[in-house]
Amino acid sequence: MNVLTDNLSLYGRGLLGTVQLTVYSSLLALALGFLMAAFRVAPVASLRAFGTAWVTVLRNTPLTLLFFAVLLGLPRFGLVLPFQLFAVLALGCYTSAFICEALRSGINTVPTGQGEAARSLGMTFSQTLGTVVLPQAFRTVIPPIGSTLIALAKNSAIAGSFSVTELLGTYKPLNELGYSIIWSFVWIAVGYLIVTLSISALFNVLERRWGVPR
Amino acid sequence: MTTTASATALYDVPGPHARRRHRLYGAIGGLVILGIVAGVVLLLVDTGQFTAAKWRPFTYVGIQELLLRGLGNTLRAFGMAAVLSLALGAVLACGRLSEHRAVRWVATLVVEFFRAMPVLVMIFFVFVALKVQPLPALVTGLTLYNGSVLAEVFRTGVNSVDRGQGEAAYSLGMHKTQVMTHVLVPQALRAMLPAIISQLVVALKDTSLGFLITYEEFLHAGKLIAGNLDYDLPFIPVVMIISPIYIGLCMLLSRLATLAARHQRRSVKTETDKVAPAEPGTLLPGTGAHP
Repeated sequence: MNVLTDNLSLYGRGLLGTVQLTVYSSLLALALGFLMAAFRVAPVASLRAFGTAWVTVLRNTPLTLLFFAVLLGLPRFGLVLPFQLFAVLALGCYTSAFICEALRSGINTVPTGQGEAARSLGMTFSQTLGTVVLPQAFRTVIPPIGSTLIALAKNSAIAGSFSVTELLGTYKPLNELGYSIIWSFVWIAVGYLIVTLSISALFNVLERRWGVPR
Repeated sequence: MTTTASATALYDVPGPHARRRHRLYGAIGGLVILGIVAGVVLLLVDTGQFTAAKWRPFTYVGIQELLLRGLGNTLRAFGMAAVLSLALGAVLACGRLSEHRAVRWVATLVVEFFRAMPVLVMIFFVFVALKVQPLPALVTGLTLYNGSVLAEVFRTGVNSVDRGQGEAAYSLGMHKTQVMTHVLVPQALRAMLPAIISQLVVALKDTSLGFLITYEEFLHAGKLIAGNLDYDLPFIPVVMIISPIYIGLCMLLSRLATLAARHQRRSVKTETDKVAPAEPGTLLPGTGAHP
């Protein structure tokens, strides 16, 4: 028990690091994923090919390999940034592929008749998209995006091994200070449960507020 | 699965004007993408990544053997983790489908806990706290996580079989084990195959976590070569060799999942069953994996 109370600031820093990584990478992943989903459903062939390639490659890349390449590779080109930013970049790009697929399947669940009806009412492309298709797609993508972001929070643990401050990395100083290793892992586990359960609670609220009743 | 633009609610079927415009945009977009690719290649050339000194190590048999040994270790960890997690998944799924409430609760607790934990925390726990060798630690972590996810896949698979099938079997006087092994599981397996294979892709991808606990797998071999001063630190060449192999392996397995799914969609036997792909730790009640 005293592992936690003695090292509250250490755990706090770790938890904060995990939360920061999760939030920043989520924002990057949502933005990139939205862009790639737009590419994948675009009528322009070259953009569609680019979006498909992006998704297929990143979905099949081991995240550790991506971290390895980004955190140790990009500095070779003279691009020196803080490690946390590199980690956000790697996590965000990786997760964007999954977000893109969630968004795309959400768009595909909107019946074709909806778009046709909107157009036959004389709506412009942006009106069709903004007031008819995307609001319906948004409702169906809430749960899959939630589980993708939970996976992102769990994946952020990898960053700890690449000298980014986050929750899993706290076991090392604790181990050196001679605290019980089992208990320090128990509190790390509790920390991750707090993060994932809060994301899940947040998306439950979103789902209840906007989700499609099933 | 390439979606043609006309298959969604987004666009009308384009006319001749629109098609010409799309082709123009396509050409511009293609040029921009080509420009980016050319920029990257130029950057690689400028920073001297294609010098002979950096690529020479790969012509040595010793280095090739090192890489192959790493790949072999990766595949070994994957094979062990795959078999063990399928077994654990089967056991946990039996537990969750059990008629005894206590067994069901324990299985549910185990499945939910391991699905909510990052795999890496489990791997590190086994490696650091229990002081186990890297390979067993990696395999244990992967097995616990993927086994729990597969248990959910198995359970939803069995539940997705038409209810009449089980009822008919019971009314013929079969007992539960017979109903399961003769009627429900064979039908469920066909429906589950794509979801199982995609979960195995996750396991294959996650074997790379062994790199972080100094298991001598593929990335580890790459790092050894990349840190060699004699060859002018060939980091980028190493990444350029390792990633196509790793990503290619995962793509091959993913492709198998897609093929299985397509086969299943065409087959009459599995027309009615559909199993959602395993999602990583869905904690939301009322979503696909938690009916």
